[in-house]
Amino acid sequence: MTDGPKMKPELKMQAEVQSDVRKNPRRIAFILRRSSPYVKAQDDGRVMTYPTALARFIIALEVAFVLLVWISLLANAPLEGIADPMHTPNPAKAPWYFLGLQELLHYFPPMVAGVLVPGLVVGALIVIPYFNINIEGESLWARDRKRRLMIVGVALVLFCIFLLVFDVIVALVPTILIGGLMLWSARFSPESPKLFHRWLASKPLSFWIMSWFLVELTILTVVGTFFRGPGWSWVLPWQS
Amino acid sequence: MATTIKSEFERIRNTEVWRTIFRSGSGSSNLHRSQAVQQNIFLHLFSVKVRSRALEFSPTWYLGALTLSTFFILIATGILLMFYYHPSVPQAYADMKDLQFVVASGVFLRNLHRWSAHAMVFLVFAHMFKVFYRGAYRPPRQFNWVIGVFLLLITLLLSYTGYLLPWDQLAFWAVTVGSNIAKAVPLMGKQIRFLMLGGNEVNANALLRFYVLHCVILPLAAILLVGVHFWRIRKDGGLYVPEKKQL
Ligand code: HEM
Repeated sequence: MTDGPKMKPELKMQAEVQSDVRKNPRRIAFILRRSSPYVKAQDDGRVMTYPTALARFIIALEVAFVLLVWISLLANAPLEGIADPMHTPNPAKAPWYFLGLQELLHYFPPMVAGVLVPGLVVGALIVIPYFNINIEGESLWARDRKRRLMIVGVALVLFCIFLLVFDVIVALVPTILIGGLMLWSARFSPESPKLFHRWLASKPLSFWIMSWFLVELTILTVVGTFFRGPGWSWVLPWQS
Repeated sequence: MATTIKSEFERIRNTEVWRTIFRSGSGSSNLHRSQAVQQNIFLHLFSVKVRSRALEFSPTWYLGALTLSTFFILIATGILLMFYYHPSVPQAYADMKDLQFVVASGVFLRNLHRWSAHAMVFLVFAHMFKVFYRGAYRPPRQFNWVIGVFLLLITLLLSYTGYLLPWDQLAFWAVTVGSNIAKAVPLMGKQIRFLMLGGNEVNANALLRFYVLHCVILPLAAILLVGVHFWRIRKDGGLYVPEKKQL
């Protein structure tokens, strides 16, 4: 750059923009808010996969193995009489992980409980990461607090009425529980001195929906597994 | 004692045969350790180094690793069970009785397979919720989450198809309840159920179909997707560890 001083100032300022990536390769990184956590964490300490991480996995494997062997020595897998299409047991139950659905079948037609609900659940799970609202994870009450309270309140009441009409008390209780907690959380500011209040106040909509799903899943499954007897009537697990 | 084992292991790793098998050879420098991962067809799914915070207990509770562990146990016990099992009526049920009374440790083998299957279903749900609550589904990990949802479905199907195989009352009616739901699918419910069972009711054809799905198709699908799942973890920049609190 011997002739530097003679160069026009505009020329000096010109950015190197080359559209031919093979001649002038460059890396462009778009770092969006909250979306690229791994860029920020880049400077964390690192350890070798072999042997450190591998050893951790082997320990996990051994823990699982020891526990399961222990259980297998104590409890036998069930085996009933040979399959007999002529004798329907009462109640006939699906495996435990489907008993939540079977409990719903008790209230809704199979088209709803057996097809629509599981279809919606799977669909909802798949699309979670594709909605910006779930990615930003902004607190539900961060903006439009009044309007959102209205919407959430009305939606909750309508849903509870729907469950009441179909007599689904089992699903109503968790809805009231989580819904109540959700509305209650609107009272707290993210700067609240209490950790629990701050935690409640910071939760996004997706957190509430997923937690509702988790509680519903657990309660419906537990009820279907332990509290349902002949004719799908209520029984206590220690009475059957 | 420990040092003798170590030096003995070192000696074995230096033998010619070992080095033809494991291309990385011996040595404990970081280079050698990197090669132990890179140059191994299974381990090269993983990155050579991992963030030490990702190995702590709190981010994952090791739920994914535990799910994989139960899956390994299931493959091992499942193969052994296949040696004693015929997917036909009524032989399938007789084979259960043989496992109980004739085969050495047969009851234990069946127990281990059964309880591990329940554990895997539970763990895969737990893993999913843990990933969700830690926000690890966010970009660039969206698609790994989707792969995960398919793994969840495959796990449920694996468990469900296996449930029929003992051909006892429990199995028969659980699958009858389940397959009746398929009938409720609009327009082609009957056809779907027929395809599933190979007939209009749960019978010997259904047993054979469930057997093939349980022992061949679904495990292969699961292994394939687990492979992609792990490869994506590396490609997505390793496990997500939340930002350190700003001090
Ligand atoms: C057969 C079933 C599965 C196996 C064996 C498995 C295994 C694993 C393992 C070992 C990890 C490493 C971190 C950890 O332990 O948490 C992981 C991460 C992950 N899993 Fe799974 N998984 C399975 C199913 C699922 C499901 C059902 C989902 C969600 C719907 C899921 C989503 C993810 C995601 C998004 C990550 C990345 C987490 C991160 O980057 O921090 N996986 N999986």
